[in-house]
Parts: sequence; structure tokens; C-alpha cells
Amino acid sequence: MAETGIERIASAFAAARAEGRAALMPYLMGGFPDHETSAAVIDAYADTGADLIELGVPYSDPLADGPQIHAAATAALEAGARFESVMELCERVSARVPVLPMVYANVVLTLGPERFAAALEAAGAAGAIVPDLPRAEDPAVAGALLERGLAPIGFVSPTTSPARLREIAAEAVGFTYVVSLTGVTGERAELPPELEAMVASVREASEAPAAVGFGIGTPEQAAKVGAIADGVIIGTRLVRAVADAPDRDAAVDAVSAFMADTRMAL
Amino acid sequence: MSPVESRFGPYGGRYVPEVLIAALDELTAAWEEASADPGFGAELDGLLRDFVGRPTPLYLAGRLSERVGRTVYLKREDLAHTGAHKINNAVGQALLARRMGKTRIIAETGAGQHGVATATACALLGLECVIYMGTEDMRRQRPNVERMGLMGATVEPVEAGARTLKEAVSAAIRDWVTNVGDTHYIIGSAVGPAPYPALVRDLQRVIGDEARAQILAAAGRLPDRIVACVGGGSNAIGSFVPFVDDADVELIGVEAAGEGLNGRHGASLAAGRTGVLHGALSAVLADEDGQILEAHSISAGLDYPGVGPEHAMLRDTGRARYVAITDTEALLALRELSRLEGIVPALESSHAVAWLLGEGREPAGGIDVLTLSGRGDKDLAEALAGLERLDADG
Repeated sequence: MAETGIERIASAFAAARAEGRAALMPYLMGGFPDHETSAAVIDAYADTGADLIELGVPYSDPLADGPQIHAAATAALEAGARFESVMELCERVSARVPVLPMVYANVVLTLGPERFAAALEAAGAAGAIVPDLPRAEDPAVAGALLERGLAPIGFVSPTTSPARLREIAAEAVGFTYVVSLTGVTGERAELPPELEAMVASVREASEAPAAVGFGIGTPEQAAKVGAIADGVIIGTRLVRAVADAPDRDAAVDAVSAFMADTRMAL
Repeated sequence: MSPVESRFGPYGGRYVPEVLIAALDELTAAWEEASADPGFGAELDGLLRDFVGRPTPLYLAGRLSERVGRTVYLKREDLAHTGAHKINNAVGQALLARRMGKTRIIAETGAGQHGVATATACALLGLECVIYMGTEDMRRQRPNVERMGLMGATVEPVEAGARTLKEAVSAAIRDWVTNVGDTHYIIGSAVGPAPYPALVRDLQRVIGDEARAQILAAAGRLPDRIVACVGGGSNAIGSFVPFVDDADVELIGVEAAGEGLNGRHGASLAAGRTGVLHGALSAVLADEDGQILEAHSISAGLDYPGVGPEHAMLRDTGRARYVAITDTEALLALRELSRLEGIVPALESSHAVAWLLGEGREPAGGIDVLTLSGRGDKDLAEALAGLERLDADG
């Protein structure tokens, strides 16, 4: 019997822990700047030691994202990206690395929870990150994922109350996504000092690992976060590297170099 | 203390990033408390009376009545301070924000009426004010941009997408996600995550409450129909709600058909699908993949691809009926009402007037209350140019 997505996520975190480091989870915007380049980028993530991959499905109105990722989503949609084409990207590497599509609620609900979960399962995804579907808002989505052994990822943020944080962490499957700061995605010069305590609370209340995202833009910041958390998620910095690259090879080189530096730093 | 609804049938909810959940909980609790506090109610009522100029008149429009063959009363929200119903919500939420200890206010605006109303309320209460506005709307509504600046508000231009209301709301939500500690977001319509649709409705129901008492005094009975335009739907829901339990009163919401329902439009209820926009499940304009589409209306206030969730429920239950009026019909109605009654309506409100002048003439002989949500001064340049084009085309 093949491992479930939830089990594969657990194995990925355990393997990193066995090496004495936090797991590295790079993000990419599927279909940005075009399908082929994002295919090369996701391959590069798998080749350069990504422990897990967060795969963005472009959406017209991404409320949790800052300007860099919003612009990438707009460009990907203009280049013809669709949910199905992003699932093809997932399928490319999902046998090597657990992939978690990041999808806004309207795309999920338009497909319907069952079709959404079935499409993820067919593409070999390990779980799903839906940033605007808080706990208990639509239990059918989590239910459809869990039925297939896929992890519905829950979020906590600096504004989450202690009681709610304990509930979310206690119910966590796969890992808990710890939003490092009060804000949208994007690189920041400094990470908030309260982060360590927040991560500690999540780990105390949960069997599942705690991975930190939002605002991490340098290998040094990744190392700092990696020292207190089980996983480090890097998004905007890598999307910027792709956006700034003059061509496909340069994009692959840029993200590969950043991945290598960050793996080294962790 | 009555609980604030989170869902209207299947619609509504809180489809937002986790960062905002605590602020929405706090706002829900604050409104449940404030709306049950006689002191808060008295302060709000006092400001609505002395500052806003309420109650607004219910005016028997004689020449319009003659034209349509029915008895038509206009609920004159155009006579409220700042020229539209938006001030009812802005003053109420600004008072609530002060009570919650927030020092900074943000808001979005399309036509500029909500931005002006919010800037006004912030000047009144001494609160810092930032208004997000699409650059296309800044162009269309220049005088309102200047009014906001004059009252000390900062207008933040939004360049994303079609540079209209949808992107302004998104920009305001992102600001709120980042500054949620000291900032209150005064959303301008009965849209957004819970508790906003209920909060805005509660603050706008003063329109319908007044109209109900006024029509009973003037006509000695309830009207046969309530008619109001629907963008996000705040003036309509405020007009409808006090009549929802009166089964004989028909509720008619008029959306923007723009260039026609087969072209670009803003009619989420008449021609949209179920989906999430700006934190609520409701009727939205979206493609088959769930990507939100750009709306179109000549009226900036109706140029929005979503609508309040309570309207979606009223549509499904059949309690309210939603119709749509094109840009051209709205322009002609603006001119018609100006000439018939000496009242220049906002382009938004002109949609409601246009329905009454057309399909709404049938059946003859009943009593209507039409909410004239705002005055048309802000639209003069856009409306005159549009009418000139129509006249040139014959």
C-alpha cells in the first residue's frame, strides 16, 4: 500500500530532522511567467534539495499575497495558466517531493470539494493550502482531502488567540503553517521577535510539525527560523528571482543558487 | 444583546486569511455590545439628526407619478449630508471604531461617495483616514477626490486590475491585514466577511425604518413596492429589511446591466454564479475556473463583480426580485428625473428610476417607495458626455 500524502509529509519532515535541520519548502507560482519556465523551476526545486514544495495556483484576487506574488498570478493567468495546467506541474515532481498546492477558496469551491480533492490526488499532491478558508468555515473541503489521505493545512498567525492557536495546532494534519507576521506575503528586513514563542506554542499543542512562512527572504533569515521551527517556507524571494531573470535558464540558475545557499545555511 | 448573523442561508461567512479572524471576532463582539447600549444609540441618533440631517424626506414625486401612472414616493437619501446614504454607515462605524480604541480608519471607494462619507466622519471624530481608490475611478469622480483631500484624508491610488472598486477593496483589505492592531476598516457596502454585511445593514436600515413610518403617515398604508439600486447593495438592504416580514410589499433590486447582460455588466445576482469575493460567499461575476471577472457599469458605485450575501439569500428565497438596467437606460433616466422633478440623481440611483420608468410602470395604480440613494453632482461630467453621445447617435 502506497504512503498517503499525510504520511509523505511526515516522512519529509522526519528526514530533515534526522539530518539535524529544518525542512525547506520553496514556493513557486504555477505558470509564471509561463508554463515551461515554471516546469523548469519546479524541477530545479526537486533537484536542489527541496524537502516539500508549495505550488501556487494563480488567482485573480489573492488577498493573502503582497504585490510580487499578486503580479506573478496576474501574469500567469494572462499566459494561460489554469488549475489543470498547474496540476500537471504537480505531477512532474510529486513522486520525488511532497507537493502542496496553494489555492484560494473561490477556485476550490468553484470546482467543488470532491472534484478539487480528486484532482489533487490524481496529480499526486500531498495536501492543500487554502489561505482564505479558515478552520471550520467549510468543513467539506477538509473532509474531502482527509478522505483521500491528503493534508488540509491549517494556519496560525500573530493575531490568533492562544485558545484558537491550541485548537488549530491540536487538529493539525501534515504541518501547521505559522504566518510569521501580521501582514501579506513579501520579504521583510526583520522577522518579529514574538515568532519564537508562537512557534513554541504551536509545537507544544501539536503532534504535527510547525513550518514558518511569510517574510523570509535570505538564507540567514531561513537559518534563524530553522533553528526554532520544523520547516521554513520561502515564497516571494524566489518568485522575485524568477521575475527578474531574463530567460528560463537564468531563472533556473537563480532559484537553484538560492536553494543551495539556503540548504547550506539551515 | 442579539447575535450578529454570520450566514444568510448558505451565503456570507468569513473567507479571509487567519490574520483577520481575531479582528472580525473583536468587531462582532463590539457591535453586539454597542448596538445594545442605549448610550451608543443615543449618540448615533443625535449625530444622524444634527450632523447628517435625518430623517431625510419622503417626497411624493407628482410629475414622476403622473409619468409612470403610479404613486411614487422618493426616499431622499440624496439630501443626507455629503449627498448619499453612505454617511449613515460611515458615521456609525467611525463611532464604533472610536469605542473600540482604534485610531486609524481605512476605507475603499468607487464612486467616491463612501470615501467622502468616511473622510467626513473621520474629520468629525478626529480620526486618521486613508481611502483606497482605483485610478480609473479617481478620473471619473474628480470632485470627490478633492473633497476627501480637503477634509484631511489621504487618498491612496490603486493601479491594479481595472483600477476600479474591486481592486480598491482588495487594497484596503491588504492594508487591514497589515495594520489590524490600530486600524478599523470601514467597508462601504453590505459586503465582506462577517460581521460586515450585518453591521452595514443594521446601520443602513434607518432608511427603511424612516420610510415605513413616513409612508404610513402620508398614505395611510404600506407601499406595494420598494425599489432600490444594487451594487454591493447597502441602500437596498437598508430599504428592504424593515419590510421583509410584510409579505404584500414587493422588494425590487435594480442592478447594472452595463452594456447588456450578454456584454460587460455588473449584475452579479441576475447573471453571476455562486462564489467567494472579498471574504464572503455570495453571487459573483467569475469565469468557470473561479477567476473573478471585471464588472462594468457607467456608474462607479455599481461597477463591482459581487453583491452582499443577504441579497443572494433574498433572491434564492424569492422574497426580493432583482432586475437590471443598462448604462443607456440609466443615463436617460438621470435626465428624465432632472427635468420632471428638479432632482439630479446619482447614476447609481438612476438605475432604480430607469426601471420604474420602463418595466416598472406595470401594473398601473399602485404605491411605490423608491430609494434615491444619492445626488448626481459627482456624475455631471460623465453623464453629460454620455448623453451627448446618445443624442449624437440619435
